[in-house]
Amino acid sequence: MPLGRLSPLLCVLVAAVAPARAELPVPEKIEFNRDVRPILSENCFACHGFDAAQRKAELRLDTKEGVAAAVRGAKTQDDLLKRIRSGDPDELMPPPESGKSLTERQKAVLARWVEQGAQWQGHWSYLKPTRPAVPEVDQPGFVRNPIDKFVLARLKELNLQPSPEADRVTLIRRLSFDLTGLPPTPAEAKAFVEDQSPEAYEKLVDKLLASPAYGERMAAYWLDLVRYADTIGYHSDNPMNAWPYRDYVIKAFNSNKPFDRFTVEQIAGDLLPDAAVEQKVASAYNRLLQTTEEGGAQPKEYAAKYAADRVRNLGSVWLGQTMGCCECHDHKFDPFTTKEFYQLAAFFADVQEAPVGRREPGMPVPDESQQGELKKIDDAIASAKERLNAPAPELAAKQAEWEKNVSGGDVAWTTLKPESYSVRGESKLRDDGDGVLRSVYKVAAKETYTITAKADLKNVTGFRVEALNDPELPAGGPGTAPNGNFVLTNFSVSAGGKPVKLNNSSADYEQNGHPVAYAIDGKNDTGWAVQPQFGKPHFAVFETDKPVESAGAVTLVLEFQSQYPQHNIGKLRLSATTAPSPSRLALPPAVKEALAVAPDKRTDAQKNELAAYYRTLAPELQPVRDELAALEKKKSALMEAMPKVLVTTSGPPREIRVLPRGNWLDETGPVVQPGVPAVLGAGPVADGRQNRLDLAKWLVSPENPLTARVTVNRFWKQFFGTGVSKSLEDLGSQGEWPTHLDLLDWLAVEFRDGGWDVKKTVRLIVTSGTYRQASMPRPELKDRDPYNRLLARQSRYRLDAEQVRDNALAVSGLLVNKVGGRSVFPYQPPGYWFALNFPVREWQNDTGENLYRRGLYTHWQRSFLHPSLLAFDAPSREECTVDRPRSNVPQQALALLNDPTYVEAARALAERTIREGGAAPADRLNYAFERALNRKPKDEEVKVLTALLEKHSSRYGKDAEAAKKLIAAGAKPVPTDLNPSELAAWTSVARVILNLHETITRP
Amino acid sequence: MDPLYQHQLRLTRRALFGSAGRGLGALALSSLLSPSLLKAAPSPSPGASKLEKWPGVINPPHVRPRIKRVIFLCMAGGPSHLETLDYKPRLAEMHGKPMPESFTKGQPIAQLQGQKLTCFRPQFGFKKFGRSGAEICELFPHVGSVSDDICVIRSMRTEAINHDPAHTFMNTGTTISGRPSMGSWVTYGLGSDADDLPGFVVLTSAGRGGQMQPIASRQWSAGFLPSRFQGVHLRGQGDPVLYLSRPGGVDESGQRDVVDAVQKLNAIHNNAIEDPEIATRISQYEMAFLMQSSVPELMDMRNEPRHVLDMYGTKGADGSFAANCLLARRLAERGVRFIQLYHRDWDHHGNIANDIRLKAEEVDKPAAALVTDLKNRGMLDETLVIWGGEFGRTPMAQGNGRDHHIKGFSIWLAGGGIRGGITHGATDELGYNAVDDVVHVHDLHATMLHLLGVDHKKLTYKFQGRDFRLTDVHGQLVKKILA
Repeated sequence: MPLGRLSPLLCVLVAAVAPARAELPVPEKIEFNRDVRPILSENCFACHGFDAAQRKAELRLDTKEGVAAAVRGAKTQDDLLKRIRSGDPDELMPPPESGKSLTERQKAVLARWVEQGAQWQGHWSYLKPTRPAVPEVDQPGFVRNPIDKFVLARLKELNLQPSPEADRVTLIRRLSFDLTGLPPTPAEAKAFVEDQSPEAYEKLVDKLLASPAYGERMAAYWLDLVRYADTIGYHSDNPMNAWPYRDYVIKAFNSNKPFDRFTVEQIAGDLLPDAAVEQKVASAYNRLLQTTEEGGAQPKEYAAKYAADRVRNLGSVWLGQTMGCCECHDHKFDPFTTKEFYQLAAFFADVQEAPVGRREPGMPVPDESQQGELKKIDDAIASAKERLNAPAPELAAKQAEWEKNVSGGDVAWTTLKPESYSVRGESKLRDDGDGVLRSVYKVAAKETYTITAKADLKNVTGFRVEALNDPELPAGGPGTAPNGNFVLTNFSVSAGGKPVKLNNSSADYEQNGHPVAYAIDGKNDTGWAVQPQFGKPHFAVFETDKPVESAGAVTLVLEFQSQYPQHNIGKLRLSATTAPSPSRLALPPAVKEALAVAPDKRTDAQKNELAAYYRTLAPELQPVRDELAALEKKKSALMEAMPKVLVTTSGPPREIRVLPRGNWLDETGPVVQPGVPAVLGAGPVADGRQNRLDLAKWLVSPENPLTARVTVNRFWKQFFGTGVSKSLEDLGSQGEWPTHLDLLDWLAVEFRDGGWDVKKTVRLIVTSGTYRQASMPRPELKDRDPYNRLLARQSRYRLDAEQVRDNALAVSGLLVNKVGGRSVFPYQPPGYWFALNFPVREWQNDTGENLYRRGLYTHWQRSFLHPSLLAFDAPSREECTVDRPRSNVPQQALALLNDPTYVEAARALAERTIREGGAAPADRLNYAFERALNRKPKDEEVKVLTALLEKHSSRYGKDAEAAKKLIAAGAKPVPTDLNPSELAAWTSVARVILNLHETITRP
Repeated sequence: MDPLYQHQLRLTRRALFGSAGRGLGALALSSLLSPSLLKAAPSPSPGASKLEKWPGVINPPHVRPRIKRVIFLCMAGGPSHLETLDYKPRLAEMHGKPMPESFTKGQPIAQLQGQKLTCFRPQFGFKKFGRSGAEICELFPHVGSVSDDICVIRSMRTEAINHDPAHTFMNTGTTISGRPSMGSWVTYGLGSDADDLPGFVVLTSAGRGGQMQPIASRQWSAGFLPSRFQGVHLRGQGDPVLYLSRPGGVDESGQRDVVDAVQKLNAIHNNAIEDPEIATRISQYEMAFLMQSSVPELMDMRNEPRHVLDMYGTKGADGSFAANCLLARRLAERGVRFIQLYHRDWDHHGNIANDIRLKAEEVDKPAAALVTDLKNRGMLDETLVIWGGEFGRTPMAQGNGRDHHIKGFSIWLAGGGIRGGITHGATDELGYNAVDDVVHVHDLHATMLHLLGVDHKKLTYKFQGRDFRLTDVHGQLVKKILA
């Protein structure tokens, strides 16, 4: 409701009590960075700043020289300040059309600044942090480490008192949520409350830091930053293999991997000398961005998108800078040029990837048992190969005979003339004679051809599919797709009504990622394709498992069921042969070449080539080849079963140009080499072209002023709800001036010089007196510090999305504490993926323990994130998310009330309460409250819940069917030994408890 | 100060003083929040509460608002302008001939990359409709019948040539993910008049032709705006709103008991810790509870008279585009600010003649019915209806279809502040480039906001150190189409 429509009285009341923060007085001594820069940045830099293209009147206020020139040029101070005070709209600065205006206080600040000589300072975050002196203040009971002295000094300046320490229950709840993302059990809380030792608090901190759940909690936030997800994001939003990277992050936090190491491994793990599997897994960081496989997407456009995406992410995560602004123009507020943007992009130009298309499965990451198994198979393969290649003079004669027979490598093929043919889709086939079938009229998105022919052959050993070109097909064919391609997803044959087993296959050409073997793997999402070899004929040969004695009528089925529409063969011919091993007869070019030379004229290399090739055919070697084939099959099954992860593979760097206005079609911009922005210092030292490893090392070197500050600022947010500078993603000139700059720098130096020790820094923060304060609002702070930035108390805020889930599962006892593994599929409403396509999909709920895993393991579908997580502000992770919003919307109520996850959790909590909470309702209420909130209910709470319990006991007592329905929520078996009506009534009570604001609040 | 935080504080106080002419429900709800009233007050009565609404940040409006709401009929996949709204006889003459390179050289192109480009004639005739004589494809006679109320724009341009980024561009003004969609901007700026429904609602339907592109939920995401402004998808099957249905074995009064207990316990907690978040949570639970009846009531079309159902060509809420058009009107009546319908299946790379006919059958009648129905109820004047896709299609053939095209395409608008019966802008003789009165997507956004009373340059939100807006740094008001 607009204010104007409120009753006048109400308006008065609102105005009277609204805590409009009183404007701070103008400081005695103006400090440029603290007082002036924010005013200039917000109001002036857009036209008088870094972006030369936008600069007006040749005046710039973002540099020392610019400011000095402005002061020099002015005759008097009045002259200098005239424009900001002018009553003439043509004169006034900032001009009215900019939509900006200065407050009286801002004008006064500028006036005093000029009066005091217009001193200038470089932007604070671009100057290397030095360790500030710790303020000499003290207050027993509050000050526990240097952090508190910085906080206290500021409070004293403003005449404020810190809050007393929170009670023990609050402390253990706060610490448990903050360090593990989980609530404490009643036993843990009791032990801590009763622990009389002076080190009780520190012991608890150390215990929680050592818990595996600590890594999970820290990882969840990191995954937001690096935009980790299980799917590619754009368009089809198909899955990609990424979860081993997630597990790497969890492990890194749990093993307290130094942050500099953590940084280097992610950005350049693949470039480390003798990179271990773990370091390669870390390099998946470079592959986490959104990608596309949309038909018609232009590779150059997407290569440009990915380059920019990587710069934005690096800028947000390690530099805390809004680099994205300079993709199209020089930064308006900060000293970064467009060229520097593309120079950062050039660091990643070596990352090998398909700009458009399915992501590759990635690097196998075997677990320990798989590693052992692999070793065994590899040893066996080596031994079989040794036997296969052992010198055997008796083979020579047979080889000579084979050479005569094969005479150039051609086999006799008998064309199969179609007697009948049909299609399942809307395409039409036409018989063009000589066994040639041509697709005419309409091309169906997906198609299946079924062709029946007579083959009066005995001992058929193979079939051949010829995909023929035709000038009238798109791009000359042989496919019907607009680019001439096809994807043969399945080829099958039956003879005399019985299926013929096909095994070996070969083709004259296979598109990368679409080998011909995919046409007989029984899967519809894989197949044989021929991009970019269009406008020419291709063929594939499929061997029968054993010769088909009398073929008679054969039926051949060609399926085109891939995600790519209209990828059918436009013109084809089928044939059969009785020659042995026909699939081998798509001879490798080198073999063909050698055969064409008379035996006595062949070079040694050609002889070896032929001898080696013959060993792949010689009947004598069939047993060992079979053994080898079986081993290879076993190996490939093993490899298939291994988890895989997209990793970074370095290759020749792509050329990176400055794209004028970000336009990828414009190739007039200069080519750039990797480099870091000039304002950040000298940058990496490297021989020749700098690479990602140089970049990563520089990021965590003392030369870079930003990484340590950005990182500790985010740690601070994790334990106080807000950063020391609120703008976690922007420590540039538009970012918020830190409330405690000295504290931020002190922490940054402590972190950097202390070996980038994450656990140590976290421990330092959570053992401070500042952290341990009570979070109760104080009336006197409400108006003076409504957002609690001065930290005269702790803050209280809602749990993160994953924690809301984890908390309910933990309280109810359903949570499965297993670290890592593939992503899981907890209950999700059916039909939620209605608008996904290529292919159309439906979420399949998991079973067993995978229904009760922590939220961070939920399958992260970028275009349709799990709605229960989404309701609580989990981000889609399309872009870097540094600061999740904490919204409070009806969808949260709906999820907690009705999502089967929470109904099931309530039922499980009810079951536990009945079994373990004693017999009296009051005892049971105590029990349930202790589990969920680590406290006993107050009398008035007991009254409300007892009334509900009585009402619902009676209701469900009368309606056992309803009771049975309610307690059947979820997959957990319904207990048979409990009274359904009683369990249902307690489920109602438990639902209330799980829905409470307090239950989902970190205190 | 942060306007949302201010609102939240106001909510707390509003609730405290909430009996100001608001009826029993408000009193009951406010009593929950007021320590002194708690003991004396009766328990809240189901469904009676009126909730404090987000008033929007644009207050008062920058210019006189002409409309209260927007209904965007998004034809997802990219309808061919050449078979809907843009009449190109010259293209017919050029059929089968090479497309002149002067048009296509150096231009972005999607699936026709590297192929021979030939002209492809319009597959259907055009007719003149109405007093204005608007030229519209003969497959769309119903739209033709309301042509005097609509304004056709034939000179649209966009910047992204693939579906996913093009939708993102149409909705957010950029192809970079994570920015708010227009529905979120509008509800952030203006709030909503709906009492018990979200301010931004999305409906989707599927076509019969099978050329359906995926649509990501980012299209109705609030991006960096607070999540309360995100679009809520009303589904045609299952729960219309996710998690709307009560658990099995829980009837309405049983659910009310649970919600009441939650509310009371939260209120007790609020007495101990005065936190505006608790007050907000209490009101959100109330809203959630209300939605459990208001949404089913909305979806239940049994009380719509026969002739209205017939006009749209639907039998009831069956998830079809026709049903969704009728739902759009019902949502409009209930004060929803931004209503967006997606009808998928417009991606006619092949077989366009047949498939566009299917689309016309699905879309023509209900879209026209929506305009007529709104007009009959006196609501067209206060509504903006927009019909169009994320881009158009090439004048060149792709087999017997057309490829994606961004340099010129068509949409139509109807409603308050729009000059009906005109055709604005034009493409060149072959329908390739918008040449006269070019309307960029940013311009469409600027004009839409203007009609809502908002200066597009002044609806901003600070994110990453910058004031972002729907129109980025662009956008010109399209004055010629304004009444």
